[in-house]
Amino acid sequence: MAKVPVQFTLNGSEKAEFVDGGTTLLNALRDKIGDTSPKGGCHQGTCGACSVIVDGELRLSCLTLAETCNGATITTTSGLAEGGVLHPLQRAFLDTFASQCGFCTPGMIMAAKVLLDHTPNPSRDEVVEALSGNICRCTGYEPIIQAVLTAARANSQNAA
Amino acid sequence: MAIRRGRGVAAINYPTGMNLGGDPTQALVHSTPTGNFMVTLSSVDLGQGMKQIMAQICAETIGVPTDRVVVDTADTDTGPHCMGTFASRGTHRAGNAVIQAAKEARQVMLEVAAEELEVNASDLETDGQGNILVKGAPQKSISIFDVALSAHFKRGRSISGRGMFLIPRSYPEKETGAMKPSTCYAHACTVAEVEVDDETGEVTVLTVKNVFEIGRALNPKMVEQQLVGGSWMGISHALYETTEPYYPNRDHGGTDFNQYLMPGPGDLAETEIIVLERPSGDGPYGAKGPGEMCANPQIPAVANAVFDAVGVRIDTLPITPERILRALKAQAN
Repeated sequence: MAKVPVQFTLNGSEKAEFVDGGTTLLNALRDKIGDTSPKGGCHQGTCGACSVIVDGELRLSCLTLAETCNGATITTTSGLAEGGVLHPLQRAFLDTFASQCGFCTPGMIMAAKVLLDHTPNPSRDEVVEALSGNICRCTGYEPIIQAVLTAARANSQNAA
Repeated sequence: MAIRRGRGVAAINYPTGMNLGGDPTQALVHSTPTGNFMVTLSSVDLGQGMKQIMAQICAETIGVPTDRVVVDTADTDTGPHCMGTFASRGTHRAGNAVIQAAKEARQVMLEVAAEELEVNASDLETDGQGNILVKGAPQKSISIFDVALSAHFKRGRSISGRGMFLIPRSYPEKETGAMKPSTCYAHACTVAEVEVDDETGEVTVLTVKNVFEIGRALNPKMVEQQLVGGSWMGISHALYETTEPYYPNRDHGGTDFNQYLMPGPGDLAETEIIVLERPSGDGPYGAKGPGEMCANPQIPAVANAVFDAVGVRIDTLPITPERILRALKAQAN
């Protein structure tokens, strides 16, 4: 099968790859580009572990074809820390012990980031709603909900 | 037809580790040339935090900061033998093995330091910050960094230790069947409040209040993390999870995350966790195994709460709406 050229911006860097037609964004990111922060949990869009941000929207990279992302701006969890300083969400996940095995964590952080980008001071119900497409099998969710609320508070204090 | 409320309580004892043919774990500890310490294990960290706990135990025993210890659990082929991470045995078994290995390594470290300082090893102590001091004369000291360099490049010593912890197999007494399958028990008690819709059979868990007695909490935040997650898993076991809802018939078993349900972030009961610390006699620094038992007491507590609410005993898990409705129907007849 002919290879398809794909170009996009990943975490601020220009990327260009040739992929097989039908390659998912998840596989392109992990296997071609080497960004393994999105995880392949179910490969059918039910677990959220592969979540990334494409042009500001939360997307399941396992159900997104890489070739549809030409020219897009993509953010993954590995692009959040700046100069060795963790993103407030990453800091909050650490401080509230919101990660155990860690497999769901990058997807959770992506879902939370999109929420906070649009709703800087969410209610608990809004956090629950935003995380409801992401499955965690370790924490019981409560520490993750607390992490997102903690990051939101940190943001609002910085803004004030 | 109504929403009925009930409350149930349950308490459990939970053994740390298992019996079978004996329950061993081994550990090896050695220093790098610059005085960091490597713990080699075949025990695996599943996300519960074993690497952190083993680093803490090794650091505490040798007398160095935790960040001077690296735990390698990379390879069960080449690492020292471990029965595995299960039965809540990781901290207890591997922890005891690490203590023994770290003690031996500490002794060599002190012997090398004694040669450098020209004193007796028994007169030395560690400050926990990476230095070895002469007792009563702390101005006479040497850094563990320099001790390791000396051992490696000058004295030809290996600052290392071997650790082995074995719970031997317990055979039952022929007459009575009595045996001692475990040396260490954790305990827990849960009170659960539920609402049961006696028309649909649906159960909503309103609150779960848990008390866990887990020996000493070696890392209190990680213990709490595991207990919070475990309490949620217990509710999931009680009400949701099964691969074969009509066992032994395999029909209608969940095949993916859409069908094999667990409570989501919108289904959480109000949860309370209280930790009681009663250090165990044979655990590393008093620890027991809280891993699996933290998901156990919620199950009978929820079953009892359902009984309290609608008067039927469900003795098959999970307690599904269908099972409750069938039991209510049988009770009415």
